[in-house]
Amino acid sequence: MFKSKKIAKIGDLCVACGVCVKECPLRAITIQTGIKAKVCLTTCVGCGKCSKACPASVIGICDREVLHER
Amino acid sequence: MKDNKWSDYLWIVEITYLVLGFFNILFAWLGMIFFVTPLLISSIKGNKSYCNKYCGRGQLFATLGKQLSRNKPLPKFMRTSYFRYGFLTFFMIMFLNMVFTTYLVFAGTSNLSEALTILWTFKLPWAFANTIDVVPWVAQYAFGFYSVMMTSTIIGMTTMVLFKPRGFCVYCPMGTMTQGICKLKNKGAL
Ligand code: SF4
Ligand code: SF4
Ligand code: SF4
Repeated sequence: MFKSKKIAKIGDLCVACGVCVKECPLRAITIQTGIKAKVCLTTCVGCGKCSKACPASVIGICDREVLHER
Repeated sequence: MKDNKWSDYLWIVEITYLVLGFFNILFAWLGMIFFVTPLLISSIKGNKSYCNKYCGRGQLFATLGKQLSRNKPLPKFMRTSYFRYGFLTFFMIMFLNMVFTTYLVFAGTSNLSEALTILWTFKLPWAFANTIDVVPWVAQYAFGFYSVMMTSTIIGMTTMVLFKPRGFCVYCPMGTMTQGICKLKNKGAL
Protein backbone atom coordinates (compact mmCIF):
# COMPACT_ATOMS: atom_id res chain seq x y z
CA MET A 1 0.00 0.00 0.00
CA PHE A 2 1.00 3.61 -0.56
CA LYS A 3 1.95 5.79 2.40
CA SER A 4 -0.38 8.58 1.39
CA LYS A 5 -3.78 9.00 -0.15
CA LYS A 6 -2.77 12.12 -2.02
CA ILE A 7 -0.54 12.56 -5.02
CA ALA A 8 0.71 15.41 -7.23
CA LYS A 9 -0.62 15.66 -10.76
CA ILE A 10 1.03 17.85 -13.41
CA GLY A 11 -1.17 19.81 -15.81
CA ASP A 12 -0.61 20.20 -19.53
CA LEU A 13 0.55 23.82 -19.30
CA CYS A 14 3.77 22.74 -17.54
CA VAL A 15 6.72 24.71 -18.95
CA ALA A 16 9.37 22.21 -17.79
CA CYS A 17 11.18 24.88 -15.78
CA GLY A 18 12.38 22.46 -13.11
CA VAL A 19 11.28 24.41 -10.03
CA CYS A 20 9.26 21.44 -8.74
CA VAL A 21 12.21 19.07 -9.24
CA LYS A 22 14.33 21.21 -6.90
CA GLU A 23 11.47 21.67 -4.45
CA CYS A 24 10.43 18.05 -3.87
CA PRO A 25 12.05 16.69 -0.70
CA LEU A 26 11.64 13.12 -1.95
CA ARG A 27 12.99 13.71 -5.46
CA ALA A 28 9.77 12.35 -6.84
CA ILE A 29 9.71 14.60 -9.91
CA THR A 30 11.81 14.31 -13.06
CA ILE A 31 11.87 16.09 -16.40
CA GLN A 32 13.27 13.79 -19.06
CA THR A 33 12.41 15.24 -22.42
CA GLY A 34 12.12 18.97 -21.68
CA ILE A 35 8.39 18.97 -22.32
CA LYS A 36 6.66 18.20 -19.05
CA ALA A 37 7.51 17.21 -15.50
CA LYS A 38 6.63 13.70 -14.38
CA VAL A 39 5.72 12.52 -10.89
CA CYS A 40 6.89 9.13 -9.62
CA LEU A 41 3.68 7.47 -8.45
CA THR A 42 5.37 5.36 -5.82
CA THR A 43 7.59 8.05 -4.29
CA CYS A 44 5.24 11.04 -4.10
CA VAL A 45 3.42 11.47 -0.79
CA GLY A 46 1.22 14.36 -1.91
CA CYS A 47 2.78 16.90 0.49
CA GLY A 48 2.02 19.78 -1.90
CA LYS A 49 5.41 21.54 -1.72
CA CYS A 50 5.85 21.35 -5.48
CA SER A 51 2.35 22.66 -6.05
CA LYS A 52 2.99 25.78 -3.96
CA ALA A 53 6.27 26.50 -5.75
CA CYS A 54 5.23 25.88 -9.36
CA PRO A 55 5.39 29.26 -11.14
CA ALA A 56 2.87 28.12 -13.75
CA SER A 57 0.46 26.86 -11.06
CA VAL A 58 -0.12 23.62 -12.93
CA ILE A 59 0.37 21.08 -10.13
CA GLY A 60 -2.74 19.84 -8.42
CA ILE A 61 -2.85 17.55 -5.39
CA CYS A 62 -5.49 14.93 -5.92
CA ASP A 63 -6.63 11.63 -4.44
CA ARG A 64 -4.62 8.64 -5.56
CA GLU A 65 -7.82 6.72 -6.15
CA VAL A 66 -9.17 9.38 -8.47
CA LEU A 67 -5.91 9.34 -10.42
CA HIS A 68 -5.90 5.56 -10.73
CA GLU A 69 -9.51 5.47 -11.84
CA ARG A 70 -8.71 7.68 -14.83
CA MET B 1 17.48 18.53 -1.87
CA LYS B 2 20.53 20.41 -0.65
CA ASP B 3 23.66 18.90 -2.18
CA ASN B 4 25.14 21.97 -3.84
CA LYS B 5 27.09 21.62 -7.08
CA TRP B 6 29.13 24.10 -9.11
CA SER B 7 26.13 24.62 -11.35
CA ASP B 8 24.13 26.00 -8.41
CA TYR B 9 26.32 29.10 -8.41
CA LEU B 10 25.76 30.23 -11.98
CA TRP B 11 23.67 33.15 -10.69
CA ILE B 12 27.04 34.75 -9.89
CA VAL B 13 27.91 34.58 -13.60
CA GLU B 14 24.64 36.33 -14.42
CA ILE B 15 25.34 39.17 -11.96
CA THR B 16 28.92 39.47 -13.24
CA TYR B 17 27.64 39.76 -16.80
CA LEU B 18 25.22 42.54 -15.92
CA VAL B 19 27.91 44.40 -13.95
CA LEU B 20 30.54 44.08 -16.72
CA GLY B 21 28.28 46.10 -19.02
CA PHE B 22 28.87 49.06 -16.72
CA PHE B 23 32.60 48.85 -17.38
CA ASN B 24 32.54 48.26 -21.08
CA ILE B 25 29.48 47.74 -23.21
CA LEU B 26 31.40 45.36 -25.47
CA PHE B 27 31.16 42.69 -22.75
CA ALA B 28 27.51 42.47 -23.81
CA TRP B 29 28.68 40.17 -26.61
CA LEU B 30 29.42 37.51 -23.98
CA GLY B 31 25.66 37.28 -23.50
CA MET B 32 25.45 35.39 -26.77
CA ILE B 33 26.54 32.39 -24.67
CA PHE B 34 23.22 32.62 -22.77
CA PHE B 35 21.42 32.57 -26.10
CA VAL B 36 23.27 29.90 -27.96
CA THR B 37 23.87 27.38 -25.14
CA PRO B 38 20.19 26.64 -24.30
CA LEU B 39 19.34 26.28 -27.99
CA LEU B 40 22.29 23.94 -28.54
CA ILE B 41 21.47 21.81 -25.49
CA SER B 42 17.82 21.39 -26.45
CA SER B 43 18.66 20.75 -30.11
CA ILE B 44 21.38 18.20 -29.40
CA LYS B 45 20.23 16.52 -26.19
CA GLY B 46 16.50 17.12 -26.52
CA ASN B 47 16.02 18.33 -22.96
CA LYS B 48 15.73 21.53 -20.94
CA SER B 49 18.72 20.96 -18.70
CA TYR B 50 19.77 24.56 -19.34
CA CYS B 51 16.61 25.81 -17.59
CA ASN B 52 16.68 23.00 -15.06
CA LYS B 53 20.33 23.31 -14.03
CA TYR B 54 22.47 25.92 -15.73
CA CYS B 55 20.46 29.13 -16.16
CA GLY B 56 22.03 31.80 -13.98
CA ARG B 57 19.10 34.10 -14.54
CA GLY B 58 16.57 31.55 -13.25
CA GLN B 59 18.83 30.91 -10.25
CA LEU B 60 19.14 34.62 -9.58
CA PHE B 61 15.35 35.02 -9.55
CA ALA B 62 15.00 31.96 -7.29
CA THR B 63 17.67 33.23 -4.88
CA LEU B 64 16.40 36.81 -4.63
CA GLY B 65 12.81 35.60 -4.62
CA LYS B 66 13.32 33.78 -1.32
CA GLN B 67 13.37 37.18 0.37
CA LEU B 68 11.67 39.52 -2.05
CA SER B 69 8.82 37.62 -3.70
CA ARG B 70 5.18 37.95 -2.65
CA ASN B 71 4.79 34.33 -3.75
CA LYS B 72 1.43 34.86 -5.41
CA PRO B 73 0.25 32.98 -8.50
CA LEU B 74 0.74 34.69 -11.84
CA PRO B 75 -2.46 36.13 -13.32
CA LYS B 76 -4.22 33.47 -15.33
CA PHE B 77 -3.72 35.11 -18.73
CA MET B 78 0.06 35.10 -18.20
CA ARG B 79 -0.01 31.34 -17.85
CA THR B 80 -1.73 30.66 -21.16
CA SER B 81 -0.02 29.39 -24.30
CA TYR B 82 -1.27 32.48 -26.13
CA PHE B 83 0.68 34.72 -23.80
CA ARG B 84 3.83 32.58 -23.96
CA TYR B 85 3.89 32.36 -27.73
CA GLY B 86 2.70 35.94 -28.09
CA PHE B 87 5.55 37.18 -25.91
CA LEU B 88 8.02 35.01 -27.84
CA THR B 89 6.80 36.50 -31.12
CA PHE B 90 7.02 40.05 -29.79
CA PHE B 91 10.48 39.33 -28.41
CA MET B 92 11.70 37.91 -31.72
CA ILE B 93 10.36 40.89 -33.69
CA MET B 94 12.16 43.27 -31.34
CA PHE B 95 15.30 41.14 -31.61
CA LEU B 96 15.24 41.21 -35.41
CA ASN B 97 14.62 44.94 -35.26
CA MET B 98 17.78 45.24 -33.17
CA VAL B 99 19.73 43.16 -35.69
CA PHE B 100 18.41 45.39 -38.48
CA THR B 101 19.52 48.52 -36.60
CA THR B 102 22.97 46.93 -36.37
CA TYR B 103 22.87 46.25 -40.10
CA LEU B 104 22.04 49.90 -40.84
CA VAL B 105 25.09 50.97 -38.85
CA PHE B 106 27.17 48.33 -40.65
CA ALA B 107 25.95 49.59 -44.04
CA GLY B 108 26.70 53.17 -43.04
CA THR B 109 23.04 54.26 -43.31
CA SER B 110 22.78 55.15 -39.60
CA ASN B 111 25.23 56.38 -37.01
CA LEU B 112 26.11 54.52 -33.84
CA SER B 113 23.68 55.34 -31.05
CA GLU B 114 25.44 55.10 -27.68
CA ALA B 115 22.35 54.44 -25.63
CA LEU B 116 20.46 51.53 -24.12
CA THR B 117 16.83 51.02 -25.02
CA ILE B 118 15.08 49.78 -21.92
CA LEU B 119 11.68 48.04 -22.18
CA TRP B 120 11.88 48.67 -25.93
CA THR B 121 10.93 52.31 -25.31
CA PHE B 122 13.15 54.32 -23.01
CA LYS B 123 16.48 55.54 -24.32
CA LEU B 124 19.15 55.58 -21.65
CA PRO B 125 22.42 57.32 -22.57
CA TRP B 126 25.25 55.00 -21.55
CA ALA B 127 28.44 56.57 -20.25
CA PHE B 128 30.25 53.24 -19.93
CA ALA B 129 30.82 52.80 -23.60
CA ASN B 130 34.57 52.52 -24.43
CA THR B 131 33.79 51.75 -28.03
CA ILE B 132 36.66 53.68 -29.59
CA ASP B 133 38.61 50.62 -30.66
CA VAL B 134 35.91 48.76 -32.54
CA VAL B 135 33.96 49.20 -35.74
CA PRO B 136 30.62 50.91 -35.06
CA TRP B 137 28.33 47.95 -35.86
CA VAL B 138 30.07 45.77 -33.27
CA ALA B 139 29.34 48.45 -30.67
CA GLN B 140 25.79 48.93 -31.93
CA TYR B 141 25.03 45.23 -31.53
CA ALA B 142 26.51 45.33 -28.02
CA PHE B 143 24.16 48.18 -27.07
CA GLY B 144 21.20 46.35 -28.60
CA PHE B 145 22.01 43.05 -26.96
CA TYR B 146 22.67 44.56 -23.55
CA SER B 147 19.36 46.41 -23.86
CA VAL B 148 17.60 43.08 -24.45
CA MET B 149 19.34 41.50 -21.45
CA MET B 150 18.57 44.47 -19.18
CA THR B 151 14.97 44.61 -20.33
CA SER B 152 14.34 40.93 -19.69
CA THR B 153 16.07 41.21 -16.32
CA ILE B 154 13.79 44.09 -15.32
CA ILE B 155 10.68 42.20 -16.46
CA GLY B 156 11.88 39.05 -14.71
CA MET B 157 12.65 40.91 -11.46
CA THR B 158 9.24 42.58 -11.51
CA THR B 159 7.56 39.19 -12.02
CA MET B 160 9.73 37.76 -9.24
CA VAL B 161 8.64 40.45 -6.76
CA LEU B 162 4.96 40.59 -7.70
CA PHE B 163 4.36 36.89 -8.23
CA LYS B 164 6.48 33.75 -7.80
CA PRO B 165 10.31 33.87 -7.76
CA ARG B 166 10.71 32.16 -11.12
CA GLY B 167 7.47 33.46 -12.60
CA PHE B 168 9.44 34.81 -15.56
CA CYS B 169 10.25 31.21 -16.57
CA VAL B 170 6.57 30.74 -17.45
CA TYR B 171 6.85 33.11 -20.42
CA CYS B 172 10.63 33.48 -20.87
CA PRO B 173 11.28 33.42 -24.64
CA MET B 174 14.32 31.16 -24.23
CA GLY B 175 12.32 28.71 -22.13
CA THR B 176 9.47 28.70 -24.65
CA MET B 177 11.91 28.17 -27.53
CA THR B 178 13.82 25.35 -25.84
CA GLN B 179 10.59 23.60 -24.85
CA GLY B 180 9.37 23.98 -28.45
CA ILE B 181 12.59 22.42 -29.75
CA CYS B 182 12.20 19.54 -27.26
CA LYS B 183 8.62 19.02 -28.44
CA LEU B 184 9.78 18.80 -32.05
CA LYS B 185 12.71 16.58 -31.21
CA ASN B 186 10.87 14.21 -28.91
CA LYS B 187 7.63 13.96 -30.84
CA GLY B 188 5.54 11.18 -29.41
CA ALA B 189 7.96 10.52 -26.57
CA LEU B 190 5.61 11.61 -23.78
S1 SF4 C 1 7.36 23.77 -11.52
FE1 SF4 C 1 5.44 23.59 -12.64
S2 SF4 C 1 5.85 24.39 -14.69
FE2 SF4 C 1 7.83 24.01 -13.71
S3 SF4 C 1 8.39 21.93 -14.35
FE3 SF4 C 1 7.33 21.73 -12.41
S4 SF4 C 1 5.18 21.39 -12.97
FE4 SF4 C 1 6.20 22.17 -14.77
S1 SF4 D 1 3.55 16.45 -3.58
FE1 SF4 D 1 5.41 16.49 -2.29
S2 SF4 D 1 6.26 14.43 -2.53
FE2 SF4 D 1 4.81 14.68 -4.22
S3 SF4 D 1 6.04 15.44 -5.90
FE3 SF4 D 1 5.22 17.25 -4.85
S4 SF4 D 1 6.79 17.84 -3.37
FE4 SF4 D 1 7.26 15.73 -4.05
S1 SF4 E 1 12.88 29.82 -18.62
FE1 SF4 E 1 14.36 31.43 -19.15
S2 SF4 E 1 14.95 32.40 -17.21
FE2 SF4 E 1 13.88 30.49 -16.73
S3 SF4 E 1 15.51 29.01 -16.47
FE3 SF4 E 1 14.88 28.86 -18.61
S4 SF4 E 1 16.18 30.28 -19.77
FE4 SF4 E 1 16.39 30.75 -17.58
